[in-house]
Amino acid sequence: MENWKDTVEIITQEGQIAVPYTWWVGDTGSRFLMALRDEKKILANRCSECGKVYVPPRKNCGQCFVDIDDWTEVGPEGTVETFTIVHFNYPVQPVKAPFAYVLVKLDGADVSLLHLVRDDIEKLGKGSRVVARFSENRTGSILDIDSFQVIEGK
Amino acid sequence: MNDVAIAGVAQTGHESRKDNMIYADMVFDVVTSALEDAGLTLDDIDSVVTVSNDFLDGRTISGMAVGDASGGQDKNISTVEGDGTFGAFYGLMRVLSGYGASIVVAHSKGSECDIRYVTNGMFDPIYQRLLGIEAISASAMQAGEYMQRYGVSEEQLAAVSVKNHGNARNNPYAHLPMDISIDDVMKSRPIADPLKKLDCGPVSDGAAAIIIASPEIAAKATSTPVWVKGVAHCAEDYMIGDRDLAVPVALKDAARRAYDMAGIKNPAEELDLVELYDAFSYMEPLWLEGLGLAEAGKGMSLLEKGVTTMEGSLPVNPSGGVLSSHPVLVAGLVRIIESVLQLRGQAGERQVKNATSALAHGINGPCGQSHCVWILNKDK
Repeated sequence: MENWKDTVEIITQEGQIAVPYTWWVGDTGSRFLMALRDEKKILANRCSECGKVYVPPRKNCGQCFVDIDDWTEVGPEGTVETFTIVHFNYPVQPVKAPFAYVLVKLDGADVSLLHLVRDDIEKLGKGSRVVARFSENRTGSILDIDSFQVIEGK
Repeated sequence: MNDVAIAGVAQTGHESRKDNMIYADMVFDVVTSALEDAGLTLDDIDSVVTVSNDFLDGRTISGMAVGDASGGQDKNISTVEGDGTFGAFYGLMRVLSGYGASIVVAHSKGSECDIRYVTNGMFDPIYQRLLGIEAISASAMQAGEYMQRYGVSEEQLAAVSVKNHGNARNNPYAHLPMDISIDDVMKSRPIADPLKKLDCGPVSDGAAAIIIASPEIAAKATSTPVWVKGVAHCAEDYMIGDRDLAVPVALKDAARRAYDMAGIKNPAEELDLVELYDAFSYMEPLWLEGLGLAEAGKGMSLLEKGVTTMEGSLPVNPSGGVLSSHPVLVAGLVRIIESVLQLRGQAGERQVKNATSALAHGINGPCGQSHCVWILNKDK
């Protein structure tokens, strides 16, 4: 049978969905990002029903289905729960590979915070102690924490 | 549950780039083939569910763009943005609520976009997305957590990749049929530790369709009906840091409810095969634990004892699974289709002998945030 590609040129169309968004962060999130930006503090909040300390803080506890308004500070040190060393690049990553993603249980928190490690990634292991390093220029974003630094080896 | 049958199934071959078909062409092909497989016509269909993702397709309300091709013209048509097993769940509920028959059709072409942007977009835009996190890196952290918790090695997980790529050699629809060794997996390019290239499914182009029918419509069909005995889904926390990634609680819940509905007391004994969503090698043992087929941390022992191989008592992913073909969203529907083919005795070289009862499974969200479990049987 004749191959259609012999007589038809394959034409492609390039495009992208590029929609600008301006997300309101809300009162709970704004308070968290303000503390990162202005005080280099990591704020969390505690559910009054189950006692779980959430970071980033939540307006409501999904388990207990109640409002949360009991604020507390956590970190800046914490323990690595799990991690991965990333070997590929694509433009959304804020750093060049190799770098590591970590889920860090900050001291005083009951859930883990997702962030990244730039340096000493070969020293990372489950249970590694890490500390938040804040950015010089802070704008009220999760990237006001530049990265986590390893403070103990495996 | 009232009797409901799967009366027709069809899928495209899954491959890295389908340059001869646009989305609508793929959808038209599989819907036409599923109707033909069932021996039904569009006049027998009164409900259409399409499955697509706007970011993957690069257009909003992507379901409407395949409305005509899916047979939805002048019909009750709706879209599920999620895995095909969840779309099938919606199609099933419509039949249970009085519709005669639902077409459920899923499509995706990973080749036409960079999937990393799409999976980055499922994470929270304020707290996570700016970090660049996407599905592969998040899954790599889940793999690491699972391996650390239970002392599972990379070599052990590599055996899953060897088995499933090997099974794909008997599946004419598979994207990556491969004869590989554990050493090949171990030496493949590091992607995100501990995941290497051959621990990761590909991103495929493909489409699939099924017809879910009431007993009245199923009786009109010329195909051998496969009956839905139990189905359930469950989701857990949105933020991955809130979850215990080594324990799939949502899957445990979904499996328990699906088994209860199907009257299954001992799944390891009563099921003849499992088709599960193994986007990465570690997922197979972890999901087997969630399905109650292995104790926590012991998922690998089933493969190591030969239970889940083609020759074993409970073959897992005879099709080659998602590791060998991963049309995103479509892949869950393909698990149902493979189960139907097996129960009809139409699975060719990969046929599981005397298959009567099968489990099909799909996931949605990062690291299996939600799971959908289907129990299918040859008999009503």
